Amino acid sequence: MAPVLEVSGLQTHFFTFGGARVVKAVDGVSFSLGDGETLGLVGESGSGKTTTCLSIVGLLPRAARIVGGRVLFEGDELTRMSQRELRRVRGRRIAVMLQDPMASLNPLFTIFRQVAEPAFFHQQMRGRTLRARVQQLLKAVRIPSPEWRMRDYPHQMSGGMRQRIVGAIALAGGPKLVIADEPTTNLDVTIQAQYLDLLKDIQRETGVALIFVTHNLGIVAKMCDRVAVMYAGKIIEQASVRELFDDPKHPYTRALLGSVPKLGSKEPLYSIAGQPPNPASLPPGCPFHPRCREALPRCASVDPPDFHLGDGSVARCWLLDDAVARP
Amino acid sequence: MPSPVLEVRGLKKHFVVRRGLFGRESAWVKAVDGVDFAIHPGETLGLIGESGCGKTTTSKLILLQETPTAGSIAFEGRDIAGLAGAELMAYRRAVQVVFQDPFSSLSPRMRVRDIIAEPLEIHTDLARAAIDERVGQVLELVGLTRDVAPLFPHEFSGGQRQRVAIARALATDTRLIVLDEPVSALDVSVRAQIINQLEHLQRTLGVSYLFIGHDLATVAHISHRIAVMYLGKIVESADSDALCARPMHPYTKALFAAALPSRPGDRTESGTIVGEIPSPLSLPTGCRFHPRCPSAMPVCSEAEPSLQRREGAGLVACHLY
Repeated sequence: MAPVLEVSGLQTHFFTFGGARVVKAVDGVSFSLGDGETLGLVGESGSGKTTTCLSIVGLLPRAARIVGGRVLFEGDELTRMSQRELRRVRGRRIAVMLQDPMASLNPLFTIFRQVAEPAFFHQQMRGRTLRARVQQLLKAVRIPSPEWRMRDYPHQMSGGMRQRIVGAIALAGGPKLVIADEPTTNLDVTIQAQYLDLLKDIQRETGVALIFVTHNLGIVAKMCDRVAVMYAGKIIEQASVRELFDDPKHPYTRALLGSVPKLGSKEPLYSIAGQPPNPASLPPGCPFHPRCREALPRCASVDPPDFHLGDGSVARCWLLDDAVARP
Repeated sequence: MPSPVLEVRGLKKHFVVRRGLFGRESAWVKAVDGVDFAIHPGETLGLIGESGCGKTTTSKLILLQETPTAGSIAFEGRDIAGLAGAELMAYRRAVQVVFQDPFSSLSPRMRVRDIIAEPLEIHTDLARAAIDERVGQVLELVGLTRDVAPLFPHEFSGGQRQRVAIARALATDTRLIVLDEPVSALDVSVRAQIINQLEHLQRTLGVSYLFIGHDLATVAHISHRIAVMYLGKIVESADSDALCARPMHPYTKALFAAALPSRPGDRTESGTIVGEIPSPLSLPTGCRFHPRCPSAMPVCSEAEPSLQRREGAGLVACHLY
């Protein structure tokens, strides 16, 4: 089965000072996503996870340019599309959900108008059909009495409800892929749990593929089928969720898993020395080597390639050099 | 058991939100509505709850940024309400705070040395050289080096800034630090550093913490005891281990059910609660949690349960027990 989305060797760089300084925000990222699959894109701030997502849908800021790689979505090459063509993809075939629901909803328009927009533009729905469609969408995201609430404005709703409205807008065009960029960071824990359960239900019903951008490994454990861990613009490990949690291959993944408090455990946390690197001045060799406890001499000079392991996971670390047979 | 550093009794803070005709007060938000707890020397009390539950208001009352509507806060046996002059200064020396976001809590125009020295200049009559020495000491305590003193906050990363904020809180002979979500603004890989550092400082200095947070796993990790707040009241408080092993109150159970698994397939018990926190302007009658409670009984909407001691040493406010 052909994947819904196939990103290969994607490079997105920021050019500042008239091109005098180049920041390699995304530097050779490859992954693919099948029908109805959920990929977790994990990383700290500045690791390039958001830039990766914005590159896919062509919403990069002006200073950024895709300088290499391909993004194949249902057979279409998105990096070659004009903005005009991309507008027919966004909101219809690919939807994006952002972190802050207050910032992604327009305070001056009613919920109806905002949820109706994708169906209005992409499917030319009007009048009663459009109203029925909006009510159906609001019902799908469990908004009580949608026929009344759709006349409300965003400020009349709670944070959890607003995030559900954003979810309804994302579903409005009937997308094959939803990119969710930390959709629950501003929500309370009980509301977050409700929202994540809702997303799972919707995915089961519609078969939509999901990219979940997050820094929270708990969300990954709950939601995702596969995980890609990003560090300094590269995917340093990619594996199935179980494989990643049971047998993490990259020292950064191991450290990240060890640094999260486990409920009911008082064991001291594994603390990673140092800070995430500044993407504008990355260390030579493996970008993680200054913080790595298991670094080898060559880590400081040569950036490791992808090592494909037997269980289907991929990791970039010289420690795995002996573990894999050379082709 | 030694006497507590801080003892809070029947603490209430109500805010007027609407004044009616002729200035009559008509609507109140009961942000904190009858809260009792104690913090012992060298102990961490975790205060957990969702937004709007009153945890930040509680911290403001302790820091004397708000005056309580009712109830008392006693620090080392003395009520802080009547403090003035030298005694008030002594209290402010002993109780310090670290905020959530070190990007906005540190002045961008002050050097690290001046940020940490400010409380010393106000509260002590140390000479300049002695202040510099103390600044160097606390910087080393929090895992930074002495030579960062002349730098500005923007030259630091988030984790380092939070260390500076902790150093400032420690500069005077601090006995209690209010930690208001001190790691939630930091990168995941840096959070563990700060938590470990805080635990280390507590072991070496014997300082007490009031740790305010919403992430159950983090609060449970650092705290000795935990108090769970819901709409201005403590619904359950217990030793951290006991609370994790056997949560009693349906709201605490719901928080545990909503907590994210630490590995895939770790199915937390089902029972996510429905609905959202009601407006604090119109509190439900009886138990405040009953409209969302999966095991509500008729009595729950009529009578408000009081905090009762249960076997297993915890306190629970629920009609089920």
